[in-house]
Amino acid sequence: MTDWSVLGPRLWSALGETLQMVSATMLLGGLVGLLIGLGLYTTRKGNLLSNPVVYNVLNVIVNFVRPIPFIIFVTAIRPVTYEVTGATIGVQAVILPMTLMAAVAFARIVEQNLVALDPGVVEAARAMGASRFRIIWSVLIPEALAPLILGYTFLFVGVIDMSAMAGAIGGGGLGDFALRFGYQKFNDEVTWAAVLVIVAIVQVAQYFGNWLAKRALHR
Amino acid sequence: MSASHTAMVRFTDVTKTFKGSSGPFNAVDGVTLEIRKGEIFGVIGYSGAGKSTLVRLINALETVSGGTVEVDGTVLTGRSESQLRTVRAGIGMIFQQFNLLSSRTVAGNIAYPLKVAGWDRAKRKARVAELLEFVGIADKAKQYPNKLSGGQKQRVGIARALATNPSILLADEATSALDPETTQDVLALLKKVNRELGITVVVITHEMDVVKSICDRVAVMEQGKVVESGDVYPVFADPQHRATRRFVGATVKDRPSTQVLERLRHRHPHRLVTVAVHEDGSSGGRITDVLRDNDVQGTVVFGGISEVSERPFGSLTWELVGDEAAIEQCVATLRGYTHVTDLGTAAHPLVDPRAADAAAAPAPETDGGTGSADGTSSHDPALDVAYPAPGATFAGASDSGALSPGAPRFDKPRTQRPTTEGDPR
Repeated sequence: MTDWSVLGPRLWSALGETLQMVSATMLLGGLVGLLIGLGLYTTRKGNLLSNPVVYNVLNVIVNFVRPIPFIIFVTAIRPVTYEVTGATIGVQAVILPMTLMAAVAFARIVEQNLVALDPGVVEAARAMGASRFRIIWSVLIPEALAPLILGYTFLFVGVIDMSAMAGAIGGGGLGDFALRFGYQKFNDEVTWAAVLVIVAIVQVAQYFGNWLAKRALHR
Repeated sequence: MSASHTAMVRFTDVTKTFKGSSGPFNAVDGVTLEIRKGEIFGVIGYSGAGKSTLVRLINALETVSGGTVEVDGTVLTGRSESQLRTVRAGIGMIFQQFNLLSSRTVAGNIAYPLKVAGWDRAKRKARVAELLEFVGIADKAKQYPNKLSGGQKQRVGIARALATNPSILLADEATSALDPETTQDVLALLKKVNRELGITVVVITHEMDVVKSICDRVAVMEQGKVVESGDVYPVFADPQHRATRRFVGATVKDRPSTQVLERLRHRHPHRLVTVAVHEDGSSGGRITDVLRDNDVQGTVVFGGISEVSERPFGSLTWELVGDEAAIEQCVATLRGYTHVTDLGTAAHPLVDPRAADAAAAPAPETDGGTGSADGTSSHDPALDVAYPAPGATFAGASDSGALSPGAPRFDKPRTQRPTTEGDPR
């Protein structure tokens, strides 16, 4: 009924596209998100780089982008995407909106985990004469590492979800595969094959994330 | 040596103002204080008294709103952040909650300030080993802080604070999270730091016990102000301010509280006097001599003697039975040696202002802001009555002298009975 000799290689290349989108987004979005999150935390009133103007700007940007449904966000920023990548569809093009959306989501996760940190350790490091930037990289990030890893894993699942939606507007990947060869051809077997591959990726990622976080926790 | 050379920290009219929700308030309010090189200095106060803020002005974690802070001859006001970092690196600090980096091992925690100070790897390793040995946890080097007990964590904290050979160690409620036994161990370690390394130690606490065990001098803070300061022994022996009397009363329970005194008067209706122990420890013998010479019978009915600043401290409350004039003679003679508080008889009671203060004291963690300025001043005249100047005649003497020795026993039920009968016990 389903000709896997044709669909098999297509599923394989769709997986490759998904991994490409997801890994690029995780890398870029994770980095930008970490920076914005650190910015949100450190510029809060009374914190290391306390600066109400910067804090409010970052806060408004994050709050503006985050509630937009991703599929609408992708279409809304098409002109920007075109300027940056030279295209509006395809794997390369969709990485931009994915990165932006992932960054603001991760920024909040980073901020939340840093807020939960005991301010006492920051004070102790200050009392030892450590500079602000040294405190950020040698105290804040290592102390919050375990929850940051779990937050990053959480982000990964969200990014997989985004990559599937990107398929709907010509981004390629597993979402595109499931829609074109499963949904549109009334072939549930194909749809479920794509779903199982996605579930498998998420399982592996979550397992790996938990393992890493446990190692970072030192309890 | 001139005064300027012996001061390690000097506060001159220091004020620190914070913007509170109900307008600005002075966490530190016009403090002038000197901490000498090589001493253990205590700052005691209830939470909210401003002691934590005061100590953070020393290592510039907070900056003054007014006045100047001078640390080892350097004025901290108007310095850049990087200059202040250098100052901080030369001052160690330990905390109530230890504030260890949970992501680093014990050795990693102790090495952290050395990394900040730019020590190379080999020197760091040697120094960490030396410090672990000094604080007595050499076997824990590779453990993570989560695996340690509170006392061990504070030892790591102390080792970390000492890493860069600071000239001052600030201890912010360093023993408040520890059990009594561990507290003594940590206090002994702080004393060792002071004696063996010559480091000036500044101890913030709300427990007078801590001051009693290790401090040379003490400042009592209330509502941002230093209300009393000086050598620990005299501050304990003759506390002037209400807050000080509360702290002393909470740790040295040698004087009967108002309630205890009431029960004492039931059991011992004769003349009660509280005689302070002299710091040379000789009062005990003196009292028995004086009583014998005057043919007065004395019984110890309450009291306690412990050590403050390694000297005997405390008082004994005696019931004196005998000829009225002889008792007066005893009290007068004892006043020549030490502090004597006359509590009168059951029929003619006199109040010990210190005991009354101790009874009114809130729980130690209650905010110090509850006391008011007029509360303080209204207590002071009472203090003058209780501690007459040497040689002054005792105001109550003529009154009690008019009574026959047997009278108090007879009078007592009349004044006490209403409350006694109303009591279900």
